[in-house]
Amino acid sequence: MGFMSTRPLEIAQLVFRYPNAGAPAVDRLEMTVEPGEIVGLLGPNGAGKTTTLQAVLGLLQPASGTVRVFGHSPLSDRTHVLPRINFASVDVDLPSNLAARECLRIVAGLYGVRDAARQIDALIAQFELGSLQRHLVGSLSAGEHMRLKLCKALLTSPELLILDEPTLNLDPYMAQKVRELLKSIQRQRGMSILHTSHNMQEVETFCDRIVFLHHGKKLAEGTPRDILARFQSHSLDELFIRVAVSGELFQVR
Amino acid sequence: MSQSFRRISAIFQRYVLLHRRSLIRAFDICFWPVMDLLIWGFVTMYLQQLAGGSAAQVIVFLIGALISWDIHYRGQQAVTISLMEEIWTRNIVNMLIAPIRLWEWIAASFLYATLKVGLVTLILCVLAKTLYAFEIVRVGWTFVPLAASLLLFGWAIGLLTAGLLLKFGYAAEALIWGIPFLLQPFSCVFYPVESLPHWAQRMARCLPSTYAFEALRASLRGGTVEWSVWGWIVGLNVSYFALGLGCLIWCFQDARAAGRLSRLGQE
Ligand SMILES: Nc1ncnc2c1ncn2[C@@H]1O[C@H](COP(=O)(O)OP(=O)(O)OP(=O)(O)O)[C@@H](O)[C@H]1O
Ligand SMILES: [Mg+2]
Repeated sequence: MGFMSTRPLEIAQLVFRYPNAGAPAVDRLEMTVEPGEIVGLLGPNGAGKTTTLQAVLGLLQPASGTVRVFGHSPLSDRTHVLPRINFASVDVDLPSNLAARECLRIVAGLYGVRDAARQIDALIAQFELGSLQRHLVGSLSAGEHMRLKLCKALLTSPELLILDEPTLNLDPYMAQKVRELLKSIQRQRGMSILHTSHNMQEVETFCDRIVFLHHGKKLAEGTPRDILARFQSHSLDELFIRVAVSGELFQVR
Repeated sequence: MSQSFRRISAIFQRYVLLHRRSLIRAFDICFWPVMDLLIWGFVTMYLQQLAGGSAAQVIVFLIGALISWDIHYRGQQAVTISLMEEIWTRNIVNMLIAPIRLWEWIAASFLYATLKVGLVTLILCVLAKTLYAFEIVRVGWTFVPLAASLLLFGWAIGLLTAGLLLKFGYAAEALIWGIPFLLQPFSCVFYPVESLPHWAQRMARCLPSTYAFEALRASLRGGTVEWSVWGWIVGLNVSYFALGLGCLIWCFQDARAAGRLSRLGQE
């Protein structure tokens, strides 16, 4: 108990292989997220980032290895895990045929959010969705929809927030605003965040630690500064391209 | 328990809101049953004219059967459509990662199915009375448990077809819409079980709906329903319910092992 059970995420020797796929999508992955930490999961397209997030959410049955969220299995112990986490992704939508605010109200009901109306008001204001709250979700632009998904994920006050490319559809102003909002909420609540992104500038400034994946395997791990120093690179962008081209992170020294 | 109630009512609201938003959908609930009733009602009126007084009972049996079959059919559809709705709108992952239990989702979709079925049945009964002078009260109080058993059988098949949807995705759509039509001829909706050939009789006796429709006809004739018939109805319904639930759970676990849950409907 103690430390083990309070750690938001602990992944050990995780392997997952899609049926009819040759190589595993996630291959003996080891990683953790510590309390209050923001961890970025990086890697080229098809590296296994989304697959890893799904395993954390209990949407996958791993071939082997374990996932522990606050010390519990997201598969066999859903009732202990799910109320403490939430998720927003470019690939997962809110029901297009409900109004924006209705969606949030229903989510509040599903999670038993206290004082829901006030919380919803606050989030809608923070994410600048006030004028759109009675619009159908299906009529929102991609970026507006993404902001609504973030409201949904934050509404339940998760202790571990899981985000799959949350800023992909946001304009630069909104992306910046969302990062600041997430940071400030994260500091206030001590929330942990695990997220994926292809925006390397964002990752450098936003993440406490990054985990670099390639072909389902962990290539490197550390603070953005550490990794840049270790691999003698000026930017994560450059490092990323090096990985994508050569498939490895050789030390230049 | 109160938390379960809160979650169930949130899921239920999510389905009901769909109809408040869309008139077309609300209309769709009653459109087909009403059309069925019109066609079959007029056909039987015509048959009655041809046959003279000797066929006076035909319309009563037909309309009673039609309304009752609809209870089963709409029950099945409502359960499966509530899962399909989540897949269509790409909201399924949000539901799967919400702290709701399987039985809570099932309870909410049953509640939704009951509301839909209740509404349609009411409309059909009113129409049948106005157009064909058919009164459902002629069945007597037996109609309540009979309707309930048909609804339960609909739920059971609905769980089964929801499972098929998880397993095969949209490829299973033909099965989802087709299974009720596969069951209908063997459920002896419009004719007594003895009128079937032997092999078909054997299949018919494996379906709770067969016993329900036999009981319905007996009641319409003014007879009583034997306790053994109720026994078959309850026993078979419980078995099919277990089968449907088992199928749904198995297909869910299969989809989770294959990493298909987040991509349902996108294949
Ligand atoms: N349902 C599936 N069936 C078969 N293979 C799949 C399935 N989903 C993903 N894959 C494969 O698994 C690998 C990992 O996919 P994943 O979605 O985890 O990548 P990712 O790191 O999130 O990539 P991206 O940056 O493009 O989002 C890819 O090679 C992909 O083709
Ligand atoms: Mg991805």
